[in-house]
Amino acid sequence: MAELFRRLGAVAGALVLGTVILWVLFLVVLPQLFMVDMSLRPHLPVPEQGGPADVRSLANYATLFANDLHRGIFLRTILSAALVTVLALLVCYPVAYYLAQVARGPTAALLVLGLVVPFWVNEILRTFSWFLILSRNGLLNQVLMGLGLTEAPLNMGGVGAVMVGMVYAYILFMVFPLYNAIESLDRNQIEAARDLGASWPRIHARVVVPHAKPGIAVGCIMTFMLAAGTVAVPQLLEALPGGTNARWFTQVIYSLFFDGGDWNSGAAYAFALLVSCVIFIFVMMRVFRVGIADVAK
Amino acid sequence: MSTRRLVDLFVHAYLALFFAYLFLPLAFMVAAAFNDSRFPTMLPWQGFTLDWFWGFDSRGRAVGLFQDGRMGMAIWNSVLIGLGVILVSIPVGLAGALFLQTIRTRAKSFLYGVMVSPILTPGVILGISTLVFWRYVFDVGGGLVLAVIAQSTFIAAYCMLLFLARLERFDRTQEEAALDLGASHGLMLRRVMLPFLRPALLSGAVLAFLQSFENYNTTLFVIGIEDTLTLNIATRVRLGLTPAVNAIGVIMIALTIAGAILYEILRRREARRSAVLAG
Amino acid sequence: MLSGQSITLEQVSMEFGDFVAVRNADLHIEAGEFFSFLGPSGCGKTTILRLISGFNEPTGGVIRIGGADMAGIGPNRRPTALIFQNLALFPLMKVWENVAFGLEARGVARAERRRRAASLLELVALEGQGEKLVSALSGGQRQRVAIARALAVEPAVLLLDEPLSALDLKLRQKMRAELRTIQQKTGVTFVYITHDQGEALTMSDRIAVMSQGRIEQVGTADAIYREPASAFVATFVGESNVLAGRVTRAAGDEAMLETAQGGLAGRNPHGLEGGARAQLVVRPERCRLLDGEAPGNRLAGTVERLDFEGAFVSLVVRLADGTEVAAQLANDGELPRLKAGTPATIGFPPEAALLLPVAGDG
Repeated sequence: MAELFRRLGAVAGALVLGTVILWVLFLVVLPQLFMVDMSLRPHLPVPEQGGPADVRSLANYATLFANDLHRGIFLRTILSAALVTVLALLVCYPVAYYLAQVARGPTAALLVLGLVVPFWVNEILRTFSWFLILSRNGLLNQVLMGLGLTEAPLNMGGVGAVMVGMVYAYILFMVFPLYNAIESLDRNQIEAARDLGASWPRIHARVVVPHAKPGIAVGCIMTFMLAAGTVAVPQLLEALPGGTNARWFTQVIYSLFFDGGDWNSGAAYAFALLVSCVIFIFVMMRVFRVGIADVAK
Repeated sequence: MSTRRLVDLFVHAYLALFFAYLFLPLAFMVAAAFNDSRFPTMLPWQGFTLDWFWGFDSRGRAVGLFQDGRMGMAIWNSVLIGLGVILVSIPVGLAGALFLQTIRTRAKSFLYGVMVSPILTPGVILGISTLVFWRYVFDVGGGLVLAVIAQSTFIAAYCMLLFLARLERFDRTQEEAALDLGASHGLMLRRVMLPFLRPALLSGAVLAFLQSFENYNTTLFVIGIEDTLTLNIATRVRLGLTPAVNAIGVIMIALTIAGAILYEILRRREARRSAVLAG
Repeated sequence: MLSGQSITLEQVSMEFGDFVAVRNADLHIEAGEFFSFLGPSGCGKTTILRLISGFNEPTGGVIRIGGADMAGIGPNRRPTALIFQNLALFPLMKVWENVAFGLEARGVARAERRRRAASLLELVALEGQGEKLVSALSGGQRQRVAIARALAVEPAVLLLDEPLSALDLKLRQKMRAELRTIQQKTGVTFVYITHDQGEALTMSDRIAVMSQGRIEQVGTADAIYREPASAFVATFVGESNVLAGRVTRAAGDEAMLETAQGGLAGRNPHGLEGGARAQLVVRPERCRLLDGEAPGNRLAGTVERLDFEGAFVSLVVRLADGTEVAAQLANDGELPRLKAGTPATIGFPPEAALLLPVAGDG
């Protein structure tokens, strides 16, 4: 800490230190701790809070695993988010590679700009645009009926629709980390590998992918976190016909908080979701052998 | 040669598909805002109209976006929150960046992890934990203030990373030179370090505002009974959908493109400038 | 007005963890002196500079400037100004603002700052360049801006950390002369850090040669060259042949050293006594080619290399035990036809050789 004051002086040093302490305590650490604490307490009417019945236990977590409906939604949410992540990776890898290593000059700049602009368009609007395509009178149904493939509009809501919406909404969180990682690969390495007679799949497997590991890890972590943690996409696409069976775990949490008023169970469910994301992050960091500083850049 | 051509063709077709996938849904949404149809769709095209921005239906009821007072209120709230987030995130992010770049303790990477963890935390969790903590400790309920606080937890971390990247390029002998010439730490910060950081502070402000303006997942939990633009859009989609939502979309896309371009210009001008200064 | 102050180091040490960057440095630099620290990179000279300027506090010892103890006084409150190796000019300020920054820090009014900056720019021959950005200047001009900026605060001591290392050779030689002129004009004490012996020898009143955190020798350029205090100084400043052995006989100013090449005589300024381990150093230009069986210091071997350098010829002879000895011979046209592999004998007068105690032998 002495370095801080030596570099910035007493006043600015104290301001910086104080601000950081306030931030870390009041915005980052304590809220999480309070959420965990709340998740361990039973849901009681106000007069009984702090009373003899207010003892900490894992009961709220037990409820999550005992409740078939909630457990099912939880597992489906996690699995779907993982699937969305894999899909996004597969869709994005060729694009990222092309932009980073093949395209050159103004074309490359224009294509990257083509990624930047939709990146900044709101998640809600991106989801809404798919809502319009998949809705009863939407584009897809109109086209299908126009081609005579179906007579009545199809109900397109459901888990599939939510996943399509998510891939669309979060694809750019995958493509940019990949692009940045692959771009830093020296083109000569690829040329050298090709020169040595390596086939394209081998070049990707042995040269490009190993180099892009941090980018792949970041893209997967961001996409998974956003997909598992979103409430916007499922909430909007739930309004599609046939969409009600595609509830997302975040929606369960939301209704616990604001429909049921059971903040304690809500906090427990939220913490379970957080733990899943943290586990995913650690698995990714382990699999791709990257550190936290590579992940958050 | 012919396999080469085939591969090229395949690659280009894939790229075309990808960008179509990115842009067409947005294009349809924009087009539907100008379609004279009661339901927001591009097909069938029923004629061009601006009614969904400002207009009346056959029974004389106002249906345009700009005639909707609740929407105006929601936008106003979003702007207020965005400004609040700038006010919190820029100083906090700056302090965090200076802190992390300066300290030499072994706990540094741990602290770094703690400070960037909000970026890797799902937005709903940030909203929930903020709500729980501030509600019980400070008795602050959902509302604009809590929205600013909740959003700032992760937006400040983004700003910090931005400032940290800029600081890493700062030649620290300039600080020493200023002090050596007799400057107080305050003068050194004001005349040497902050001018250097200025471009990053500006783009940080733009980034913070855009992030705040488009936030949904975190805001949903901490906004209380207030309304913001994104919440308003989501409510409209679920209850009482009209092409007025598309009209909002058109305006927001126009604004975000303008914002993104501004951000890019700032970033590039900065990059060019530092290239010149380095040379 | 500008004037210099003296600097005193008393038993100054600086340790970074286990690493000792400076070890018990004792030194007095006179007011108005041009003083250089010379040594290879990592020898501790930059650390000494940072200790004098106040960026680091020594872990032991006292630093005085103008007689006053500097402990606890930060760099912004010392009568020193530092010229950084990379100059550390402020790229976002105009040239004149750079020069006037120290005055700004002292609360001097803007009009006065402009005026003083203009006159300092004149001193360093940069009239009319004040409105430019630093990035628009050439390397030599930036150098001068840095000097003007440092002089603006009227320091009693100007500290220079290899400021010429980024310049090309020609500019470097020109700047040497300019620095010397500015120093004489201002009377400010200059403390100059360099690893380039040419710079140190040509500019300085006195030089401290450093190695591994230790001050090996302090003296004028001439004294250091003629009377190196250690084999390190003898080889780092100019070239020297070094031969190790044991003192067999000491008499008066001279002593005999028994080496693998036989007995060699040299001056004995350190008063080494019989039995002591010692090194004999002799400059190549004091060595001669011997023929016949003349008595005296003789080193016989075979020619390893012969480099023709115009006015002189540089000869390297490999001795029986593999040691190489260099001699610089005047090209008087009389040189016998030496070729690599032919036998040759090198000799030198005892007064040209110096016996030095072996470091670590007490």
